Parts: sequence; structure tokens; C-alpha cells
Amino acid sequence: MPDGTVRPDLEIVSSLVPRGSRVLDLGCGQGDLLEYLGGQGCRGTGVEIDKEAFLASVRRGVAVLSLDLDSDLDAFADDSYDVVVLSQTLQTTRRPQHVLTQMARIAPAGIVSVPNFAFWRHRVELMLRGRMPVSAELPYPWYQTPNIHLSTLPDTEALMAEVGLIVKHRVLLDEQHRRLRRTGLASNARAAQAVYRVGRRS
Amino acid sequence: MTVGPVQTQRVVLATPDDPLDLASGRRLRHVEVAYETYGTFTGANAVFVCHALTGDAHAAGHHGDPARRGWWDNIIGPGRPLDTDRFFVVCANLLGGCQGTTGPSSIDPDTGQPYGMDFPLLSVSDLVAAHRRLLRRLDIERLHAVVGGSLGGMQALSWALEAPTEVDATVIVAASSRLSAQNIAFSAVAREAIMRDPDFQGGAYYGTGRSPQVGLAVARMMAHITYLSEAAMTAKFGRRFQDSDTPRFGFGVDFQVESYLRHQGESFLARFDALSYLYLSRALDYYDPFAEPDAPAQLARAAQAGTRALVLSFDTDWRFDTSHSLRIARRLEHAGVPTTFREIASETGHDSFLLPIPEYHAIVDAFLDAGRDRAA
Repeated sequence: MPDGTVRPDLEIVSSLVPRGSRVLDLGCGQGDLLEYLGGQGCRGTGVEIDKEAFLASVRRGVAVLSLDLDSDLDAFADDSYDVVVLSQTLQTTRRPQHVLTQMARIAPAGIVSVPNFAFWRHRVELMLRGRMPVSAELPYPWYQTPNIHLSTLPDTEALMAEVGLIVKHRVLLDEQHRRLRRTGLASNARAAQAVYRVGRRS
Repeated sequence: MTVGPVQTQRVVLATPDDPLDLASGRRLRHVEVAYETYGTFTGANAVFVCHALTGDAHAAGHHGDPARRGWWDNIIGPGRPLDTDRFFVVCANLLGGCQGTTGPSSIDPDTGQPYGMDFPLLSVSDLVAAHRRLLRRLDIERLHAVVGGSLGGMQALSWALEAPTEVDATVIVAASSRLSAQNIAFSAVAREAIMRDPDFQGGAYYGTGRSPQVGLAVARMMAHITYLSEAAMTAKFGRRFQDSDTPRFGFGVDFQVESYLRHQGESFLARFDALSYLYLSRALDYYDPFAEPDAPAQLARAAQAGTRALVLSFDTDWRFDTSHSLRIARRLEHAGVPTTFREIASETGHDSFLLPIPEYHAIVDAFLDAGRDRAA
């Protein structure tokens, strides 16, 4: 962005990326994160299939490949990047397990941000109103949401463990994208979103 | 807005004292190149357009009749993606061609006769070498971009690999880094049609008053089929008849598509030479830059130089389908060249690269514009 700021959740993601890294941003959207990281000395590549978002990335000068995350990630060589970013993207893929496995292959480190379906507001909607939750994190009605694979924090963490990724660091965010200060008690109900820094199990 | 009247210019770029050495080891002691320019050169705004197999230097504007415009007029001009208010656009007829640049029909200075089959075999690198000489003659040190579709895209790719410090950005559209067996098969049949024409005379047809017109027309007709998608042909012709509503049940031209192909073949004869067709199509067949021993070093230098690449394909292009473009994009990306790639939806097959498809032009515009801000 012109004033040098990025979305709060992207700022947290970028704070987890070492300066000068080679970064692959899967589902890079309009390229804001990569543009910001470019200013931090990182060399980035984006992947984005959406026509308008792709064009916006190109206009920003971001290198972006229009590939399908579910089927085309074998285009990237083993260990060809330092960090793979999956920012609010995993839940939109058809094959989240495959995407995480590819992520672990392409870079030794990953950053994954996901909405938390077990957030208390979602629980309330489901339990009291009996309706699929619509919230700031999940703003679409069920029949037109791109978020087709929703999970809770323990679900996400279990899948990461299954594909050989270990969580090195976890940041939990509330609805305003502020960090939760105490993360122990009932965090799976209090977090609207989580950002993980993960690495390979050695 | 469009480019107005323009003139093709010619310049001598190789002489006996300064010959052009070719990849084959042969050399050309006289090379003339036909080219056109559009816009004003300001030092860092040059964009080189490489044309495809049968194109020419006349990419934009007109030569007197505003209705007859250059072959890529829809992308070159004020306010267009190759914006002549901002960019200085250069297009040259390629080496081996027959529209102003030295080729098989040119006079061999050693014999005073047309080269014919004595013309040396060419590689895409040789085509680029001639372009690079033109660049130096025009006092252009560095290109903002080199842009091309099909064989033009191959030249753009080779330019980025061979001289990355000359090229800030490369736009490679509907191209290939390595023809498939099917691609080569089509080329082979086209060449057979030319070489088996009795008027080919072993290639020594210049000055005989005869030339392999039937073979060249058939070659063009067949190639033209590969430039269109089946859907585009269906939309354009269907099974409609040319001169009646009912079939005439004979072997003459009856269907509209037959009439169209015949016209394509015949109009091609007026502007193209059969030997140029052989030489240039052969350059495509042998093209395989990533298999060259020097390729890893070239790719590393391209990454080092910071040259950016845009690789585009069209979903209905079956001459060079998306897998060809993806291979190029993967190679460049693996080497660390900042690479942008997209397959664009289009109905019109390989020919899409010549057409004003909004998404395609928007991407080229955005890519060239982004680099311009960075260079400034």
C-alpha cells in the first residue's frame, strides 16, 4: 500500500518472515504481502488464479504465476524457497492435505494463517441460532463461500502434524486482528484466526 | 488512437569487414535489415517487437492506406499496451525472411546470384543476433522490453537468455522452448509440400520464372488450420456452403472453410518466399535453448541481471498449448528469474496472440507499466 502499511494479519505474517528470504506466497491475492516483503529485501513469487487479483499483482510489479494450488504445485522445485506463505488460503483449497505436503517440500519453513471455525461467535451461531456462521472472518453464506474446508485450531494442528510439519510459533488473533495476550485458556474458543510458523519435523 | 503513416527503413548491419557469425559456424558477409519504429526514443523506453514465422517489419500504422494497417496495430499505438506516447517501439523483419531483410532470396555477394539453398541454416540465436546489431545501430543500450508471440516469443526468450543485461523485461506469448513431435510433424508436411512441388527445382528456382507456388500454398493452408481452434472454425464457417444452400457433391471448393483456406494459401504467395518458409520453419524445429550446454549459466546470468519475464498462453491454442508456456515459465522460475505466467481464456486458438483480447492486453499493459515505474 502507498503508505507502507499492510493488513494487520499480513503484518503479523510478514513479521515472521526473515529479511532477505525467498518467499512463495500461495494465494497471494493482489500481491500486497509480496510488495511489502519486497521492501524488506525479500525476493517473492506469488501464485494466484483469480483474474482480477492476478492483474492487480502484475500491476504492482509482483512476479505471479496463475496456477491451481490443488494440482499445479509440482511446478516448484524442492527447497526452491526459504518460506512458503499460505495466508487465509488453506481453507479455500480442495486438497488441504496435499497443499500442506507440497508446502513442506518446497521450503523448509512455512507460515499458515487460517480462520478458526471454533471461535466462540461461530459456536453461538451454530448452537443457539442453528445457522451456519457468518462473521468478519467467514463473511460468506454457506452456498457461495470460497472457504470450503473449515477447521478448528486442533484440527489444523493435527493435519500439520500428519504431513510432518511442526508448529514453531503460533499467534492467535481476535476479531479485530489483535493478538490474544493470554493464549492458554480456552484459546480455541477465543481466537478468530491463527497464524502459524511451521517447519519440517527433522 | 493509432499510429499514423510510417515507412519501412533499411540498414546494412553486416559487411565483409564486419560479418555476422552464425551459430552454425557459417558467416554472412552482407546483412541488410528492414525495420520500422514508432514513438520517440528517450533513452530507457525502447520496446523491441519480434514477429512470428511469416510476419514483417510493418507492425503498426500504415503505408498510405489507413485501412491497411500493420500486423500488430491493435497492441501498438497511443494509449495501447505498447504505448507509443511512452515507448519507442522497434520491429524488424527477421533474418532469413523475405520482406526486406537478408534471406535465401537475397544476392550472395560471393556469386552475384541469389543464395537459394546455399543460404546457411539459421537458429533462433541468429535471428536475435541480427536484432541486437540493429539495436546497437540505433544507439539503444538496453530495452525496456522485448515482446513476441509464437516464433517471436522464442526470439524474446533467447534474447533474455543470451543477453539479459540488454533486456529489462521479456514478454513471451503463445511460444515454445521445444517443439513437440506433433509440431515438427506439421512442419515436416509443410516442407514436403514445398520441396515435392516440381517447380521447387531442388531449391534453385530463383530466376527460372517458376516457383513452388502449389507447395507453398498447401503449406500455408495446413499451417493455418493449426493456428485456429476447432471452436473458432466452427463459429466462423460451420458446415456452410460457399455459393449455395445445398451441397454440389463434387471435388471443387464447396464448403466455406475450403474457400477460406484456398484464399489464405493464394494470398500468401504474393508476400512470401518458399525458401524463407523452409529456413524459418526449420529454425523452429531445432529450437531447444534449455538443452544447450550453456543454458544453466545463461539462466543464472538472466536471474543475476534482474530481467523479468511474462509468459502467456491461450487455453484453445493447440499448436503451442499451455504446457509449452508452462515449461518456459518453470525453467525461468527455477533459475530465479522473476516470472509471471497465466493461461488466458480465448476462443481463437494460436492466433489469439495477434488479437485484441481484453484480458491479454490488460496483462501486457500492467506488466510493462509496472517495470516502467521501477526503472524510473
